[in-house]
Amino acid sequence: MNTPANLKYAKSDEWFDPASGAMGITDYAQSQLSDIVFVEILVEVGDMLEVGKAIASVESVKASAEIYSPVSGKVTAVNSGLSDKPETLNSDPFNAGWMIKVEGGKAGDVMDAAAYEKYCAERTH
Amino acid sequence: MNNTLTSSKIVEPTIFDLSSPGRNGVSFPDPDVPRAKLPESLLRADLPLPELAEVDVVRHYMRLSKFNYSVDDGFYPLGSCTMKYNPKINEDTCRLPGYMFTHPLQPIETVQGNLALMFTLQEWLKEISGFEAVTLQPAAGAHGEFTGVLIMRAYHKSRGDDKRVKMLIPDSAHGTNPASAGMTGLTIVQIPSDERGNIDLKALKEQCDDTIFGLMMTNPNTLGMFDEHVEEVIQIVHDCGGLVYGDGANLNALLGIIRPGDIGFDLMHFNLHKTFAVPHGGGGPGSGPVGVAAHLADFLPAPLVGVLEEGDDETPPLFGFVTPRKSIGRMKAFHGHFGGGHVRAFTYIAMHGPDGLKDISQYAVLNANYLLARLRNTYHVPYDRICMHEFVAEGRFDGSDVRALDIAKRLMDYKFHPPTNYFPLIVHEALMIEPTETENKDTLDAFADALIKIADEAKTQPDLLHNAPSTTQFGRMDEVKAARELVLCCWLPEDYAEKI
Repeated sequence: MNTPANLKYAKSDEWFDPASGAMGITDYAQSQLSDIVFVEILVEVGDMLEVGKAIASVESVKASAEIYSPVSGKVTAVNSGLSDKPETLNSDPFNAGWMIKVEGGKAGDVMDAAAYEKYCAERTH
Repeated sequence: MNNTLTSSKIVEPTIFDLSSPGRNGVSFPDPDVPRAKLPESLLRADLPLPELAEVDVVRHYMRLSKFNYSVDDGFYPLGSCTMKYNPKINEDTCRLPGYMFTHPLQPIETVQGNLALMFTLQEWLKEISGFEAVTLQPAAGAHGEFTGVLIMRAYHKSRGDDKRVKMLIPDSAHGTNPASAGMTGLTIVQIPSDERGNIDLKALKEQCDDTIFGLMMTNPNTLGMFDEHVEEVIQIVHDCGGLVYGDGANLNALLGIIRPGDIGFDLMHFNLHKTFAVPHGGGGPGSGPVGVAAHLADFLPAPLVGVLEEGDDETPPLFGFVTPRKSIGRMKAFHGHFGGGHVRAFTYIAMHGPDGLKDISQYAVLNANYLLARLRNTYHVPYDRICMHEFVAEGRFDGSDVRALDIAKRLMDYKFHPPTNYFPLIVHEALMIEPTETENKDTLDAFADALIKIADEAKTQPDLLHNAPSTTQFGRMDEVKAARELVLCCWLPEDYAEKI
């Protein structure tokens, strides 16, 4: 499982990059969902986010899931290409699979990479 | 890989593909009245309906029916769906001319038998559930949930209590609960389960305040566990002014043993197409009556069936329609699924009687616990205590890349319908197994033997599972391709290969 050290992680399996303001779902989340077949971003550029607001809806062959913002802030960009290529979330969740970017992002209850890895390991048993 | 559409096996063409101009299955006699001329504006040049002889139509649908698997073919342990055997006497009763050839707009004096049946079914469901009043209108389970949420909303509104916007839903609830509550604009708050599969009381208490609209609780839940603190859960929600909705989908575990109305539930829907042997799925239709406690009875949908004039020794009562005082209105045109739902469920309840209904639940629970006992040493069961009518195992093994889906598909090679998989979401690689009361020990043993053998194959010949099923009409479907590339049209058989 890939867990980049420069990112912050939410309990609900989203990542947030404090440097760029980008966020998306983690490698653990995509592997649990399996093949993702549908993505819809639920927010638009200019929207104000609160921690825990649903930013996207994702469906795989196994399940559907809401993706929640791990931070508050203003939406500055949306990765509109994802809806045509939902499989990007499986192949490259941390780079091409970014969902939205925010500015002035204040993180809620997030973990560093080491804590998140431990959290994931606990859940697989 | 045995891909459906490019396989060498012949795919049954659609009825349109089988059409040939000029063929037909009926010939009309000459009219015995003068032919009327239709207005030009109503005529059309073409009418693209298939043209076939009766025998071609029959053979087409007979072939299609053989692709199917139903509870009449074999074991169907689809968790939380209660795919019990549907007694054939139900088919006789719902086809009785008095039920079949009536119209919902007939004057009530001409359909007293139908109304008497509906009234009696309302009364029986009240007795079974411990509720004060029942509506038979909702079309199926989720429609019953939506009806229930509207009743809850009308109750809060009638008290001027309009700041309640949050619906609490445990993570072990049925998946339709959040959708039904969401449709009324409520905010959904998920409550986690504790390590025994009960609602986490601490998490529940943290959420409870005067913004709580209610709780939607499936009990037994989708883990097949009876919540050990159900009365405390209900008390906590009531104490903050919320109402408790029971999802009755798993009522098959409780008949004659516990009445939800007695332990504090405010309202609940029944799934006649699960618990009361109305066919479930394509054969339906479903039926999702809602029962409510006294304080909600005034809000039920209209109309209910009631007694308009009491009878005596000489005269039967006059049944008709009544409207509850603060009714939320109609939830469905006419009176719900009468023939397909109400008549079959009535027949089933009448056939069993109170003791028979209790037997149903006891055998359903016994069968599930028997399978659990046979499988728990082979499959990891994360919430492992006495289960109710179903249980959830993990479809994965240490050091193996075999998944629940592979196990489910391999079961088809052993001629069993797979259990529900990947639900509930709180169990990894979930296999949710509900045998129902209608299966005998031989069937349960054959199913357990197959699952134990599959667990062995997972270790020794995993590809058997990855490529399963191999003995069915079609092999493993490409679910990802089907979901990502939506193709909503049909082509002639000879064009399939070229288009795919």
